[in-house]
Amino acid sequence: MSATGFHELEGAPPKAMNARIEGDLMEVSMGPQHPSTHGVFRMNVALDGEVVRKLKPVFGYLHRNHEKIGENTSYLGSMPYTDRLDYFCSMTNNWAYALSVEKLAGIEVPERAEYLRVILAELTRLQNHVSLLGFLLSDMGAWGTPLMYAFREREKILDLFESLSGSRMMCDYMRFGGCRVDAGPDWFARAQKIIDAFPRFLDEFEELIVSNEILIARTQNVGKLSAELAINAGITGPMLRASGVNYDLRKVDGYGIYPRFKFRIPLGDHGDCYDRLMLRALEMRESLGILNQAMKEIPAGPIMNPKVKVRAFKPPIGEAYGRIEGPKGELGFYLISDGGASPYRYRVRPPSFINLTVLEDLCLGHTVADVMVILGSVDIVMGEVDR
Amino acid sequence: MQSLDEIKARAEAAVPGAKIEIVPNPGPANQPSLLLDHEHAGAVALFLRDDPALKLDHCSNVTGVDWLDRKVSKKVKVKKVVDGAEKEVEESQEEFFPGYLEAVYHLFSMTLKHGPVVIRMRTADRAQGAQLPSLTPVWRSAEFQEREIFDLYGIKFDGHPDLRRILMWDEFEDFPMRKDYREPDDYEYEPTPHDEVLEKAKQHYTPRPQLDGAENLTAAQQ
Amino acid sequence: MIGTGVLKGMAVTARNFLGSYFEKDRLITVQYPEERETLPENYRNFPFLVYDNDPEAGLRCVACKICEKECPPQCIYIVKSDDKKPDYMGKPQFYPKIFDIDISVCMSCQICVEVCPFEAIKMDKVFELSRRERFDALLLRKDELAKSNTYYHGIHPLEAAEVDANLAAAAAAKKKPAPAPAVPKT
Repeated sequence: MSATGFHELEGAPPKAMNARIEGDLMEVSMGPQHPSTHGVFRMNVALDGEVVRKLKPVFGYLHRNHEKIGENTSYLGSMPYTDRLDYFCSMTNNWAYALSVEKLAGIEVPERAEYLRVILAELTRLQNHVSLLGFLLSDMGAWGTPLMYAFREREKILDLFESLSGSRMMCDYMRFGGCRVDAGPDWFARAQKIIDAFPRFLDEFEELIVSNEILIARTQNVGKLSAELAINAGITGPMLRASGVNYDLRKVDGYGIYPRFKFRIPLGDHGDCYDRLMLRALEMRESLGILNQAMKEIPAGPIMNPKVKVRAFKPPIGEAYGRIEGPKGELGFYLISDGGASPYRYRVRPPSFINLTVLEDLCLGHTVADVMVILGSVDIVMGEVDR
Repeated sequence: MQSLDEIKARAEAAVPGAKIEIVPNPGPANQPSLLLDHEHAGAVALFLRDDPALKLDHCSNVTGVDWLDRKVSKKVKVKKVVDGAEKEVEESQEEFFPGYLEAVYHLFSMTLKHGPVVIRMRTADRAQGAQLPSLTPVWRSAEFQEREIFDLYGIKFDGHPDLRRILMWDEFEDFPMRKDYREPDDYEYEPTPHDEVLEKAKQHYTPRPQLDGAENLTAAQQ
Repeated sequence: MIGTGVLKGMAVTARNFLGSYFEKDRLITVQYPEERETLPENYRNFPFLVYDNDPEAGLRCVACKICEKECPPQCIYIVKSDDKKPDYMGKPQFYPKIFDIDISVCMSCQICVEVCPFEAIKMDKVFELSRRERFDALLLRKDELAKSNTYYHGIHPLEAAEVDANLAAAAAAKKKPAPAPAVPKT
C-alpha cells in the first residue's frame, strides 16, 4: 500500500491521483459509510481547503458478480436477480431483460402485455424520480420533510406493485413473451385514482422546491455538464437530456408500443444540478400523460405468448443487445446464447455506473458540500453500479 | 443507416491497411458485428465516430467475452488401406480452436439516431497476449467499462489512462468472469461459518473454537 | 423578493401537517403491530407445500425435483422416497422423504410455484418470521412447510379456487379412458 492509501497494481500505469499530489492537498475518503452516497460508494477526494481538486470514485463494495450468476442460472432464473440490480426500478429492469431475451429468441409479446409493461414502467419512472427528488433534497440538508412527502407518494405506487406482482420492490413481474399475472378492473381503478391524484402532489412539491432560494443557490451553476462531454462519455437518461441532448430511447428506438403515445421530451439548457432536478419533475408530468393514454387504450386479451415454454427455455444460438429507457438512463442487456439453458454471456449495461464516468469532471472546482448535490443529481443506485 | 458491408468498405478505404472482418450473428436478433485488427482499431473507431454519414458518437456498451479453447471432434471419412484392400473408414478428427478474449463495443449515434453497430476485437490468446488497444481516447464512456473488463477478464488495454481494478479489490489476483475461474475455498466468508463453508475455511485458517460452531451453541440454548 | 420561496415552502409544509389530520391521502402510515393493513391477494413471501387431508400422506408434492432445479438461489433441498405411496387421488406416487427450504436464502421469486406441474408448492403470506438463530431455525423442514388446502384457500381465495377447479378437471379427465398425463420432463 502506498503512502496515500492507494494500492499499486503490478503492471498498472501510475494512478492519476497519487502521481500528482503536490502542495498541501488533503485527501479525504468520502464514504463508503455515508448517508448521502446512496449506498456503499466511496470517493477519494483531494481537497484544497474546501475545494475539490481531484476525485476518484471507488466501487465494488456491493459487487456480487451479478453477470456470473446470470451465466450460471437459467434464463428464467435471472429474472428475479434483475430486480436486485436497481432495486428502485425492478419493473424496468425486468422489461429490459425480457426485451433482450425476446430479441434473442424472436418472441412476440401480446398487445395487452405491452400495455401493462408501459403502465408499470411509467409508474416505476414516477416513483424513481419522486424518491430521487426527495433524496436529493435530503442530501442538501432538507432532512426528512421532502423525502417524507416523496416516500408517501412512492408508497402508493409500491402498494400498486404489491397488489399486482406480490412484492413491493422485488416485483419479478415480467416474463419472456408477456407478463406473469393480469391486472383486474379493481387494480386499474386504484391505479387511475393514484394517477389522477399525482399532479396535485407534483404541484405542491414544485411549490416546495422550485423557487426556494436555498435550493437555487445550492444547485444552479453547480456541476455543469456540456452536451459534447455528455455524449462522448455515454451519459444517458435524464442527465443527458438536462444537458440539452434530445435522446430518449422511447422515441429513438420506439421499443414496445411507445410510438403510439403522445409525449414530449423535456430538455435542459444549462446541464447543471438544477436542470437535472427540474427535468425529472417535468418528465414525471409526461409520464402521467403516457399513463393516462395507456389506461384508456388498454385492450383485453392474453398477457402471455402461449408459445414460450416456462420450463427448459432455450433460445437459438446468437447474440442480442436490447435496451430500454430506464428511469436512470439506458439500461441494456447483452446476451450471447450458445443454445443452452443458460446464457453464455450475460451482460448488464448499467446506466448509473456509466453516468458516474463524468463525476470527477462535474465536481472539480466545487466545494465538498457540492459533491453530495452533484452525486445526488446523477441518480445512482449501488445495486446497479457494483452489480 | 448504411449496411455493415458498406461501412466495412468505407472504413477500409478511409483507414489504409485496416483489416476488418464481418462476424455473422445467426440468431433472430440479427446484429452482426465488425471484427477490427489491433493495429488500426483506434483509427477505424475514430472514423466511425467522426464520419458524417455514421456519427457513431455514443459508445453504449463495452464488454468482454471469454471464449475457451475448443476441441471439436468431427467424423471424417478417410480412405485407408485395411488388410490390403482400400476401404472407407470413419475416423474422428479433432479440430482445435485456440481460445481468446474478446471486447465487444455497441455503438449508436445520438446525432443521427441510428444503430447499433457492433465492433469487436480479439486478443491473441488468453494469457500473455491478452492485450487490446484501448478505445477510451475515442469514447470516454469506455473508461470504466474497459477497466471493468480488465478487472473481470484480464484484458490489458494499451493507452487506457487509468487502468486498475474497479470492482474487485486491488490485491485480488484472478479474473472472476473467465469461464475457467474457480473460486477460492474460503470464498463464502462468514463470521460464523458452518457446514461446507466451515470445512473449506478450516483448510485456510487456524481453528477458532470460540467461533466455530457458535451456531450450534445458540441452537442448543433454545 | 428574497425569502418568498422559502415562505412558500413553509406554507406547503403547514398544509401537509394540518392536512394529515383530515385527509387519508396525506397520512398513509398505520400503527403496526396494533393496526395492520390487509395483505393483497397476490402478496407472496416464502413457499409452502399444500396438502389435502393429511399433512403427511396428502402432500401433493411427488418429489419430481423440478423446483429444486429451477430455484435461482438453490434454496430447496429434496430427497426422493424409495417407495411409492398413494397420493391424494389414490395413485401411487413418489413422495419427498426430505423437503427443506432455507428461507434465509430464498428470495421469494415464486419461480418454484410457476414451474410446479402438480400445484404442490404455493407462496405463503406469513412475514413475521424473526428467529433467535440464523441457520437451523430458518431452515424449514417438510412438517413446517406442509400447510392444508384450507389454509391456502384462506390466504389466496381466488387463486386457490382456480387451482381446485383445474385439479378437479384434470381428475375428471383422468377417469375417462384417456392416456395418463404425461410425466413432465425433468
